[in-house]
Amino acid sequence: MKKKIQNIIENFGLPRIIIFLFLVLLFILTPFVGIRFDTSINDVIVRFGMNGILVLSLIPMVKTGCGLNFGLQLGIIAGILGAVTSIEMNTTGFTGFFTAIGIAFFFAIVFGFLYGLLLNKVKGDEMVVATYVGFSSVSFMSIMWLMLPFKSPNMIWAYGGSGLRTTINTKGYWFHVLTDFLQIKIGHYIIFPTGTILFFALLTFLVWAFFRTKIGAAMIVVGSNADYANSCGVNVDKMRSISVILSTVIAAIGIIVYQESFGFIQLYTAPLFMAFPAVAALLLGGATVGKASIKNVIIGVFLFQSILTMTPSVVSNIIKSDMSETIRIILSNGMIVYALTRITRVRT
Amino acid sequence: MESKEKYLLKMEHVSKDFYGTKVLKNINISVKPGEIIGLVGENGAGKSTLMNILFGNPIIHETGGFEGKIIFDGKEVNFASPFDAIYAGIGMVHQEFIFIPGFTAIENILLNKEPTRYSFFSEIFGDKLNVLNREEMKKRAIEAIKILGIELNPEIIVKEMPVGHKQFIEIAREIDRKLLKLLVLDEPTAVLTESEAGIAMKAIKKLADKGVSVIFISHRLQEILDSCDRIVVLKDGSVQKELIPSDTNPREVAEYMIGHELTKSIWKSKEIRKISETILEVNNLWVDMPGEQVNGASFKVNKGEIFGIGGLTGQGKLGIANGIMGLHPAEGEVKFKGKPIFLNNSKYVLEQGIAFVSEDRRGLGLILDQPIFKNITFTAMQIKDMFLKSLLGGLIKWSDDKAMIKITREYIDALQIKCESEKQLVRELSGGNQQKLCMAKVFVLKPELIFVSEPTRGIDVGAKSLVLDTLREYNRKYGITIIMASSELVELRAICERIAIVDEGRISGILPPTAKLVEFGLLMLGIKSKKKETIGK
Amino acid sequence: MNPGVRFLINYAVPIIFIILVAFAIPLSGLSGEYFIRELTIRLSRNSFLILALLIPVMAGMGMNFGIVLGAMAGEIGLVFITDWRIIGMPGMLLAMLISTPIAVLLGYFAGIILNRAKGREMVTGFMLAFFMNGIYQLFVLYGMGNIIPISNSSILLPRGYGIRNSISLLGIRQVLDKLIPLKIGDILIPVATFLVIATLCVFIIWFRKTKLGQDMRTVGQDNEVARVSGINVERTRVLSIVISTVLACYGQILFLQNIGTMNTYQSHEQVGVFAIAALLVGGASVAKANIPNVFIGVILFHTMFVVSPRAGKALMGQAQLGEYFRVFVSYGVIAFSLALYAWRKRVEKENERKKIMNYRKSILVK
Repeated sequence: MKKKIQNIIENFGLPRIIIFLFLVLLFILTPFVGIRFDTSINDVIVRFGMNGILVLSLIPMVKTGCGLNFGLQLGIIAGILGAVTSIEMNTTGFTGFFTAIGIAFFFAIVFGFLYGLLLNKVKGDEMVVATYVGFSSVSFMSIMWLMLPFKSPNMIWAYGGSGLRTTINTKGYWFHVLTDFLQIKIGHYIIFPTGTILFFALLTFLVWAFFRTKIGAAMIVVGSNADYANSCGVNVDKMRSISVILSTVIAAIGIIVYQESFGFIQLYTAPLFMAFPAVAALLLGGATVGKASIKNVIIGVFLFQSILTMTPSVVSNIIKSDMSETIRIILSNGMIVYALTRITRVRT
Repeated sequence: MESKEKYLLKMEHVSKDFYGTKVLKNINISVKPGEIIGLVGENGAGKSTLMNILFGNPIIHETGGFEGKIIFDGKEVNFASPFDAIYAGIGMVHQEFIFIPGFTAIENILLNKEPTRYSFFSEIFGDKLNVLNREEMKKRAIEAIKILGIELNPEIIVKEMPVGHKQFIEIAREIDRKLLKLLVLDEPTAVLTESEAGIAMKAIKKLADKGVSVIFISHRLQEILDSCDRIVVLKDGSVQKELIPSDTNPREVAEYMIGHELTKSIWKSKEIRKISETILEVNNLWVDMPGEQVNGASFKVNKGEIFGIGGLTGQGKLGIANGIMGLHPAEGEVKFKGKPIFLNNSKYVLEQGIAFVSEDRRGLGLILDQPIFKNITFTAMQIKDMFLKSLLGGLIKWSDDKAMIKITREYIDALQIKCESEKQLVRELSGGNQQKLCMAKVFVLKPELIFVSEPTRGIDVGAKSLVLDTLREYNRKYGITIIMASSELVELRAICERIAIVDEGRISGILPPTAKLVEFGLLMLGIKSKKKETIGK
Repeated sequence: MNPGVRFLINYAVPIIFIILVAFAIPLSGLSGEYFIRELTIRLSRNSFLILALLIPVMAGMGMNFGIVLGAMAGEIGLVFITDWRIIGMPGMLLAMLISTPIAVLLGYFAGIILNRAKGREMVTGFMLAFFMNGIYQLFVLYGMGNIIPISNSSILLPRGYGIRNSISLLGIRQVLDKLIPLKIGDILIPVATFLVIATLCVFIIWFRKTKLGQDMRTVGQDNEVARVSGINVERTRVLSIVISTVLACYGQILFLQNIGTMNTYQSHEQVGVFAIAALLVGGASVAKANIPNVFIGVILFHTMFVVSPRAGKALMGQAQLGEYFRVFVSYGVIAFSLALYAWRKRVEKENERKKIMNYRKSILVK
């Protein structure tokens, strides 16, 4: 019995188990602090749909051995470019939504390609280079947002300022197009965002299908053992590039879905630290620096968003103060530190 | 009293077994102070294990210790770690260089034994805050270099030194130890030019004259004969014979090293097929594979034959296949079926119809975390687009699991791979079955030429013959040319029609399997055969 | 590769910076005297912190983002002396005293974590810094005034516990700077602070000559060779981080002593990034950093810092642009240096391999 418990702890990792138990505790406490169970569930589902694709975007790079994508911001910037351009073009509804995605797609491929070239030159140090490339590109774009010639009155600073505003409202354009699509009302408080969840399922399916193709199979082997892949005639650099482009494109789509659900496009320094919660969620779901699957995404996003939703409400009702920010910092960054110190043991 | 003066080192009845296999049997060796002993033996004869025991390497303790006694300087010893051995006065110069490239020669010679000067801070924070005494360091380094008798500026950073000098620094570091009584040198002249090797041997003789005993491991028989006082020949874990250089000759040493023919060769001369069409022509191949460098190998292989490549470990026999297959940087001219092929491009070589069963089964042969059916079919999928279903008019190439499983079942049958199912993870299979998997993977490609390296390494006896038989079967049935590199001369002589011996990265000779064992031994020891070289026909 | 090209690549970052700065200074329209004054202050204020980065580089730990932990330790010390209303030099010294054990502990913790992430020290380092920031908040924003008694209510938040966002350090403001007063023209020169910095430089130079310093240099170049030679690699690495963290702790106290106020939750956030960026701008790399790199780096980096908002306004009409620009440059310098270094490492390895191959050919071709 003791050995079994020890085995479970080793397999899942102590931090994950602690977090899971913490979550269970929160759920149990919910009724006692006067919060409706079903509103909480609804929040979790909505946030799942909002963040799921961003976390999904990490999969291709991890599977191909490029590590955790701390340069997620590049995809996010591509997505933002798509979003603001679609609003500049005054497109609304589903047309607007897919225009945004279309334009973002184009930017994401360009960014992903360049990013991939860079990562291929720094094999082994991808994560730290990616982080700072991500940060600098957000800062660079901050300058760009001030200078790019956007004219839509809903986006630029009022009273004759130049440059885009810090947050741009998607209401009236394509706000909630997915969320409202085929939405199901359960009881008074649960509005199931069918559209968003369906879209997430679609992308998940596409990712799964991709890895069943010839290129996908090659990418998985590159991630497992690059030298072996090379000995089988696979072009390792090319596979890595493809994984980076793929990750960037999915991230671009992910941020647009996020904006669609959230209602705002956040520019300037908002995307700066967006990579960390996504990475933390993936790790929470059981992934490691070298291994990630769709299962990890689903479990991870669910757990992570649950904690983020439940903690402020429950904890602040008990301690009478909002510790959610601090807890979020400790949780997501602690998870990442833990994963980084996990030496992947090659069992012989 | 007398044993202390007569012998510095006495190894009595030393035996060692590794997981049931006896690797050393009843070794008795004695070394007098100031004596230079040459240690000679084939791959697996036990030289490294013996030195590991002497030096107190943790691997020995972790695998059950050893039997017998070691008496060093009059006391019985069993060193718990190399540091204890060093402290007792035994120094070892390994084949792999151990130095810090960015440090000067002085700093390397004194590495972690730097003399220090007292500083006040050591009172509070400990010895480590004493300041290095650089003048003393320089003095000691110059002394050690002087003993070696070479010209070397000790202030130069080692990275900038010629390779030969780097080797001298290694030796100097051991010489610097004041307590040094016994120095073990493992292939010290491997990277030296002839003149540098001469200097090194002179320096070692000087050391011996000072009373330091030397154990000199080398496969360069001429050097051993020229500089040692006594030669100990190891074979199959026991001391075959001790010889005095002035009383023996290369042939005799080689005979003891490689053993006598117990049974006649399994081949009968007329069985050896005479094939004459050249399928692979290698000219002046250079391969940069760490540990198995190839330095200008040239040979021809005939279509449909089984060609063997043998030689001592580290001499380059494994480098040839790795170089041609594009796994390590290679230069030179290689022609396949008369057409020159590009080197350093694994995809191209595979597409031409050449495949490789690597000696590094777990690292380069398989993906351990994937199931059998994916492993067998991966290369074929990538190179020949096999096991794929074309969708959307060829835009998408979808994995055809059914086809993969079908062919896997065929090979599981044909090669008798013991497993639960085709979906079992490869890491759960035994060594022998994993090796059969590697071969299946190559056969699926239907190649014309296969390189196989160390096909039976790490496989139990029962599976060994199955692997060799399979190779022979596929050669006879499908006409696949096989080039097989192996440390086991027995295997090579069992199925190969011609055997090339690699020494110092070059082909030192090609012999038929029926040639006398001692001829193989001489080629391995760097003694050119008196018979005319038979390189290709 | 010809040596001229090699020089350009090795020092690409400082060269680009010099060009940028040379371009931006006239644009900003600031006077030479302004610069001298600003740079003097910034040199005295920031150098100590950046010097703290040198020892981990020596030990092969790369750029130690963990100095943030040291900064946090220093800030906790300052909170306490402010609570106890101890002012002047005694105040500053007491802050250093209290925070030393905290810094040692945090440094030790960081060292152990980094040892478990060999090969990924820098990523782990800054993730650790973010993580510890959360723990710091737990401690300072929730613990202080609660579990940890704070009597001075002026530094507490209105709700009764948790330290305010910003604390005045008037009691120790410029207490070291003004210890030995020297005025050249209009500019006040903080002589004592510079003396302290000089002492640290001497310490670092001396440290390199000790056995421990040599051990760190050995470990920094090749872990395996060090281990085989009998050096306790793990312990040496941890020690380098502990020393760095303690130095960073003092460095932050020196920094805040000059500014006079402490942003309880923000002051340490950018410490890591700015210090590391400055060091890299001074020509250091992940594997090699020396004292000149520190000072050249401070001068170049902080000149850019001072100049950017004005230059931005002159160039584009928006000062905000300049501010984003300097953040971009800070991050960009690190990204560029790291990428350049990683690329250089691979190219050098390849060249080395070719050199050996050629050598072998020359002696073995008969």
